[in-house]
Amino acid sequence: MSLALIPSQAQQPVPSAAPLANPSAISPQVPQGGAAGSATSTFGAQQAGLNIVVLDPAHGGTDPGARGTGGIRESEIVLDFAIQVRRALEQEGFQVVQTRQGNEDPTFDDRSALANAQRGAVFVTLHISSTGLPGTARVYVNSDLPAAIGANGLIPWDRAQAPFLGLSKKLGELVQGLLAQRFKGSPDSVQTASVRQLRTTAAPAIAVEISSVTVNDRADLDRMAPGVADAIAHGVAAFKPSYVIPNTTGALP
Amino acid sequence: MTPRWRIWAIGGLIVAVVAAAIYFPILRRRVRRAARQQQQSEEQARRELTQPIAVNPGDPRVKSTLFWGSDTNDSTLVPVTVELPLSKDPVLRSKQVLNTLLAGPVDAESRTLPPEAVLLAFYLLPDGTAVADFSEALATLIPSGIASEQLAVNSIARTLEANVPQVQRLKILIHGQEMETLAGHLDLTEAFVVNTKLAQPPPSPAANAPATASPALTPGQAPGKLAQPESKP
Repeated sequence: MSLALIPSQAQQPVPSAAPLANPSAISPQVPQGGAAGSATSTFGAQQAGLNIVVLDPAHGGTDPGARGTGGIRESEIVLDFAIQVRRALEQEGFQVVQTRQGNEDPTFDDRSALANAQRGAVFVTLHISSTGLPGTARVYVNSDLPAAIGANGLIPWDRAQAPFLGLSKKLGELVQGLLAQRFKGSPDSVQTASVRQLRTTAAPAIAVEISSVTVNDRADLDRMAPGVADAIAHGVAAFKPSYVIPNTTGALP
Repeated sequence: MTPRWRIWAIGGLIVAVVAAAIYFPILRRRVRRAARQQQQSEEQARRELTQPIAVNPGDPRVKSTLFWGSDTNDSTLVPVTVELPLSKDPVLRSKQVLNTLLAGPVDAESRTLPPEAVLLAFYLLPDGTAVADFSEALATLIPSGIASEQLAVNSIARTLEANVPQVQRLKILIHGQEMETLAGHLDLTEAFVVNTKLAQPPPSPAANAPATASPALTPGQAPGKLAQPESKP
């Protein structure tokens, strides 16, 4: 994909918070085409600083994601988790935008576009794994991406996550630390992986993967939802002071 | 219809329903078994056609390191040393180690790749980029999830890295096609960087330690730049 991100219209990480090569030169913004799902219009309500969480229940539609032998489908569970995560985040004072609220399947780019259209947002994608110790949770950030900034100051859509990796890791560590306290056996630190969904997201972005669809009883997963929601909400709240966007006055699309 | 005929007719219907209820599950099992056998025989045929594992009797048997899953932690890779006749030609050598990786470890629980997956083709470009083309089974039968998909790709990349120093990058295709993800999570649109440094003979005495003593590799803490996507050319 060759869409470029337009300057002066989007969140920019504070250089000190994101030890990345010349982050101020990177000015990502949403591509044309719009986002699918249930985007909430937020441009009018935006203020400086982190105030929006884009919540992505993964998969959906014809893509059920991981499937357990007992008929458990990842796409359904993450939607239920999202309800509780959303509630916990709203209690912390965040505005929540979901990439889907029903059984739709927006593309990876549509989901990213929803986050890239916001100012002062973080992106959290929710997953249930097929493997791993049941009852544990892992947070992933995208593997290192070489920053690719063109001479015109634009970064390619394919590299939208690159300038935010430092902030993503910081957010990931906070959430993973809280998950490790709640769910024994979870890693103490954030993991890295080449997660397709994260790569095109121009915001601090993490993937939270819960283990797993192999549980015998779905209730085992349901019982994890409040703890996961609480960890994400408190993690994002703790991350908030680290993330400040410049008070740009440019008009938004 | 007289009451007697009605009784016979109802009785006949009941017998038919009972017979159907008994026979239906048997029929379903047979159909499933036949489908499975057909799938297996197709897979077997494909393996025979596409995998003439080039074992040259003249190839020296060398100690090679393959990376399979840990039997104690299913998100961790462990190096296992096996003795294989390996060609000096990097393409043949890559096919040999990958086919051994696909054939799987003795303990099936340590598999990182579905047993049905087949290496259809392997190319090595002059710039060190390896292109490995796997059958669809790799994408459709691998357990879906970030951890499991990352583990699969890391096992391929680490095995190539340890045995074929000429491979610097790895691009994975599924049935000749570039895929967006492996099974819904892991990004396959770009080549993975393989850390060739680790492919050099280890200078420390620790290199002679048993395979189990080697540090385990997890998807989240892969040393170096292994399996990290790189820029598109």
